[in-house]
Amino acid sequence: MISKFNYGLLRSQEKVVGSRGLLAPGGSRAEPWWGAGQRPAGLPSPAVGGYSGAMLAQQLVNGVLLGASYALFALGFTLMFGVLRVINLTYGFYFSAGAFVALFLTRDAGFGIWAALPLAAAAAGVIAVVLDWLLLARLRRQGAPELASLMVTLGGVLALYSAATAVLGPDIRRLPPGLVAGAPFEFFGLRVSTPQLLVLVASFVLVGALIWLLHGTRLGLAIRAMAEKPDAAGLMGIDTGRTAALVSFVSGCLAGAGGVLIGLNFNAIQPYMGESMMLRGFVVVIVGGLGDIRGALIAGLALGVVEVLTAGYVSSGLKEAVAFAILVAVLWTRPSGLFGRPTLRRA
Amino acid sequence: MPGWLDDFLWTYQNLVHALGINGLLALSMYVVLAVGQLSLGQAAFMGLGAYSSAIMTLKFKLPFLLVLPASCIAPALFALAIGAPTLRLSGVYLAIATIGLGEVLRAVYINVDWLGGALGLSGIPDSAEFWMIYGLLGVAVVALWLVGRSGIGRAMEAIREDETAAQVLGINLARYRLGALLTSAVLAGLAGALGAHSSSFIGPNEYGFEPAVTILSFALLGGSGTPLGPVLGAWILTLLPELLRGFSDLRLVFNGLIIVLVVLFLPAGLLGVRMRRRAA
Repeated sequence: MISKFNYGLLRSQEKVVGSRGLLAPGGSRAEPWWGAGQRPAGLPSPAVGGYSGAMLAQQLVNGVLLGASYALFALGFTLMFGVLRVINLTYGFYFSAGAFVALFLTRDAGFGIWAALPLAAAAAGVIAVVLDWLLLARLRRQGAPELASLMVTLGGVLALYSAATAVLGPDIRRLPPGLVAGAPFEFFGLRVSTPQLLVLVASFVLVGALIWLLHGTRLGLAIRAMAEKPDAAGLMGIDTGRTAALVSFVSGCLAGAGGVLIGLNFNAIQPYMGESMMLRGFVVVIVGGLGDIRGALIAGLALGVVEVLTAGYVSSGLKEAVAFAILVAVLWTRPSGLFGRPTLRRA
Repeated sequence: MPGWLDDFLWTYQNLVHALGINGLLALSMYVVLAVGQLSLGQAAFMGLGAYSSAIMTLKFKLPFLLVLPASCIAPALFALAIGAPTLRLSGVYLAIATIGLGEVLRAVYINVDWLGGALGLSGIPDSAEFWMIYGLLGVAVVALWLVGRSGIGRAMEAIREDETAAQVLGINLARYRLGALLTSAVLAGLAGALGAHSSSFIGPNEYGFEPAVTILSFALLGGSGTPLGPVLGAWILTLLPELLRGFSDLRLVFNGLIIVLVVLFLPAGLLGVRMRRRAA
């Protein structure tokens, strides 16, 4: 998993060729944080034990732990699509925003991680509501085609990422050390670092909370009614505008929490981190089926395992390509997702 | 060629080439938008054209007049692989499937040494001439205009305005859409090859997410009623940063905001005229 190239070289090269006056220079941001062979702290190097059974078991554990964070991230995305019927590309920005809020809270304001995590998630949720209101509420009222809302969020997210990069800089930042104390745990010879465990526990808690919200409360009933048929839900006395804002808030919280946890796990935070994550998000929601929460959970875990195995046994640089090949293969064979109904919803 | 024009082209060669190439890219976006689809893979198709043409020139020493048409093959194959399954579905699927393509190919370019790795490919001869770029641009505009005025254009507009109605009229949606996507991949591939052969260097980071969105902003700003709109949009957005040098950091912010504002408040774009057709 050692990266083949070094950063300094790449950066300086980018500077030389940066400005060509043709399209975007493409050199304005740092390498995505997993392209650099970043690995969760405290894991044994796969090279040490050779390609043994123990290594495979460790890889599987790592894959499930990574997959839990993918599932968490994709959950909010698929919820947003399921209810609001919009591919909201600003979703990745909430992820970056959550990570940065947590960074500022822990580094500059002296918060502990347990206080910073919910605050950062809530901040990302508020950002999600504001962006939904600025970009999408108007189109929703007009009943605009779904591609219009996709394009508007695409423009919005490019502006947001570039503005964030201009203000904060493209460098990778690190959370203050010692936020999550403790040596890696060992179970039957398998090592799990504290941040990894935190991701797993938090994913379980948040997924449980989401299922309770959707199936155990009146609010959840309203959300599900709106997902089924927005007009009918409105006629039944559900305030669809407020429900849409609530769904945005919940999705934003999930993305923000995902950003904090993954930032913690990889200990690398930078403005474009949400964009690389969106790639995983798309694979997970397509493989699991657009709008399908259970499918997103399973597909998220599976993608984590596949990526870790690809990185461990083939090449860490090709894991995006493998994930993408899976996406295309699913689109060819089962376009409504692996767990989806065979009938397609045609627009 | 008169002397002053020669001087002018020599001084502003990069900019003049970029204007033509970005015009081609805007047209490649226009073709897809014309059938009511959104492809975010235009930069990736351009990258495939650039890389395949550079490999043919550098490693196989083929002449550029052979390389240029051959540079459409790789983008067309990728467009087929992604378009065939997604274009039968609703519009969001093509967008989702193509949005990742650029980033994925970037990872491949970086990790495959034969493709130059992180350093990219350099020393590409400067064989793209002014007449090739603008000849192709002119041919593309005229061809798309003629197609737009014909029955095919009418069918494409019907698909864009109302899929169900178009289907009821007996229009084969998937075939028209795949045709449009292939055409757009070919145009983007040509633009990529021309770009690679007018800048002597290509790198893995030039064909990712940001250029893809920039190409969309060309087409949206100009308006996609006629082929001239996207070209106008591309020229405005290529010239603007040259005039506002000081704000280069915020150029992408600006491009993003243009998309937002145009979609929300100016859905027809700057050149919002529709093509005239004889009555059927």
